[in-house]
Amino acid sequence: MVAPQVKGLNCPNCGAAIQLRTGELAQTVACSSCAAVLDAKDPNLRVLQQFQGKILTQPLIPLGTRGKLKGDPYEVIGFQRRKINVDDVDYYWSEYLLWNPYKGFRYLTEYDGHWNDIVVTKRVPQEKGGKQPTIEYLGETFKHFQTATAETTFVLGEFPWEVRLGDTAMTRDFVSPPHILSEETTDNETTWSLGTYVSPQYVWEAFQLPGKPAAPRGVYANQPDPNAGRAGEMGRLFLVFAALVIALLVVRQITARRDMVFKQQYVVSSRNADSTAFVTPLFTLAGRTSNVRLTIDTNLSNNWAYFNLALIDEQTGTAYDFGREVSYYYGHDSDGSWTEGSTLDRSTIPSVPSGHYYLRVQPELGTDNPTPLVFGLMVQRDVPSVTFFIAVLALLGIPPLLALLRQGAFEQMRWRESDHAPSTDE
Amino acid sequence: MTANCPNCGAEITFRWSSAVQTTCPFCRSILVRHDVDLERVGVVSDIPPSASAIQLGTEGRCGRMRFTVVGRIIYEYDRGRWNEWHLRLDDDSSAWLSDAMAEYAISRQLDHAPSLPTAEALRVGQSFTFDTTAFTVATLTRARYGGVEGELPFEYWDKSEILFADLESESERFATIDYSESEPLVFIGEYQEFDQLRLTNLREIAGW
Repeated sequence: MVAPQVKGLNCPNCGAAIQLRTGELAQTVACSSCAAVLDAKDPNLRVLQQFQGKILTQPLIPLGTRGKLKGDPYEVIGFQRRKINVDDVDYYWSEYLLWNPYKGFRYLTEYDGHWNDIVVTKRVPQEKGGKQPTIEYLGETFKHFQTATAETTFVLGEFPWEVRLGDTAMTRDFVSPPHILSEETTDNETTWSLGTYVSPQYVWEAFQLPGKPAAPRGVYANQPDPNAGRAGEMGRLFLVFAALVIALLVVRQITARRDMVFKQQYVVSSRNADSTAFVTPLFTLAGRTSNVRLTIDTNLSNNWAYFNLALIDEQTGTAYDFGREVSYYYGHDSDGSWTEGSTLDRSTIPSVPSGHYYLRVQPELGTDNPTPLVFGLMVQRDVPSVTFFIAVLALLGIPPLLALLRQGAFEQMRWRESDHAPSTDE
Repeated sequence: MTANCPNCGAEITFRWSSAVQTTCPFCRSILVRHDVDLERVGVVSDIPPSASAIQLGTEGRCGRMRFTVVGRIIYEYDRGRWNEWHLRLDDDSSAWLSDAMAEYAISRQLDHAPSLPTAEALRVGQSFTFDTTAFTVATLTRARYGGVEGELPFEYWDKSEILFADLESESERFATIDYSESEPLVFIGEYQEFDQLRLTNLREIAGW
């Protein structure tokens, strides 16, 4: 790019060269060597204020740097440090004034690594009152974020308006991420501006800055949630999968065989509590590999029974060993009547191939009640399990739920820094 | 339409048939038109250097209408200067393109302004309805005449201080009340984006 056209002058305070990049538009210029605030309209650049601080803040984008924003070249002509004070804590940020002689002025602000690209609005936003005022603007709803008094603490370069160290303005921010509407009121006027949150990389690329930008810290007022919409997206995906799972469940319910393959009643007296095992007659499990449900229906009453069980393939000798404890107790106490356990037990053995099978049963009866144990064994083939589908649905629901929680946490961090922090109402 | 400068004899070409005043580009005489005769009423002092990208002869668009910049008034106030560029539109009507620190707006004079308070009685916050839109006085600006150039729809030169009232509405429209004449003039305008104006024949700005 061609070197910018500048008017050569010298700082009356320190003698350093002063450049006026906007020519006749400059009202105030602050010397980039000694930070003295000078009257740009005065041919001798009369000193208006001397900078009393010890350290000159170096702008991250040096004055005079040209970059490209929204397809147009812009030059950094002014730099300000401003602060607000909230609960006795000073928060500082930087403002870069950018200029293009055709397109006009534009600003970049930086706070803790968070950047905003800002233009002055042409239309005055119309505000709706309330506890948290809102503004409808450009089809978005902006919510009030913070009202504070901004003070200028440091200036470098030129400005088309009067700037002094110690200038104050009342600022009110309204957010609709990634946008922010800001009102600044001084004694003379009220200005509204519209900012758009941009990444540090965007700024670094626009101005071809060396090195890597500092990573933003915390969540900024109008920072868009990088995962925004993820929860909704995942929720929609969940609904699709849930519909699929429910469809499968329905198909399963309709097509399940539910064959009753064996049913028999047995009696075990309390005397031979440690009775020896017995085997059932053979029964046939037909069809493709599927589950087998065993139901044990007992007459237990204030007693327990333990069943050592094995489902054995007659041909191969393959055994599915398992044990079931059944107990049923009831009674009365000060709270009224109570029961515990059940007389009925259901268990499911998954994935049993077809074949001829028998059950080996070894019951063991508790001694809490002398009544003999009467129990029925019922074997069913291919019984649909709803529990399985519910478990699948629950697992599918975890990612969207986590995304929702994360989104909530991000919003909480955003509003924690505002005038509308939910928990710190005093 | 052409005429000759009564001062230096240079040929003056009018871009706009209704022009009331123009300046001679050679001797900078301010010339007022009386039918076919030009009367020299004064001379323009040095035109201050301008940051504006617009110049006499710049062309552009306002909606579907094409325009040519034919004249200019420069105003000075305590925060600098701004330009009011006088436009001749395709239909031979006239409008103003203001350029204040590269913020652009096009406005037109209201033909039948309602009766307005005097400059002394006007206050910030007062509301008026112009052309069915409600406007509220937002700022009062005292400006000075900073120079003229080219063709204007009225005689305008060597004025002293002028009061301007800027009025806002709830829409994109704004209004300006100009107290330079005995009867205040009302202008209704809309802000324009630079790209929207599709300007050609702009002034070249060194380095840009």
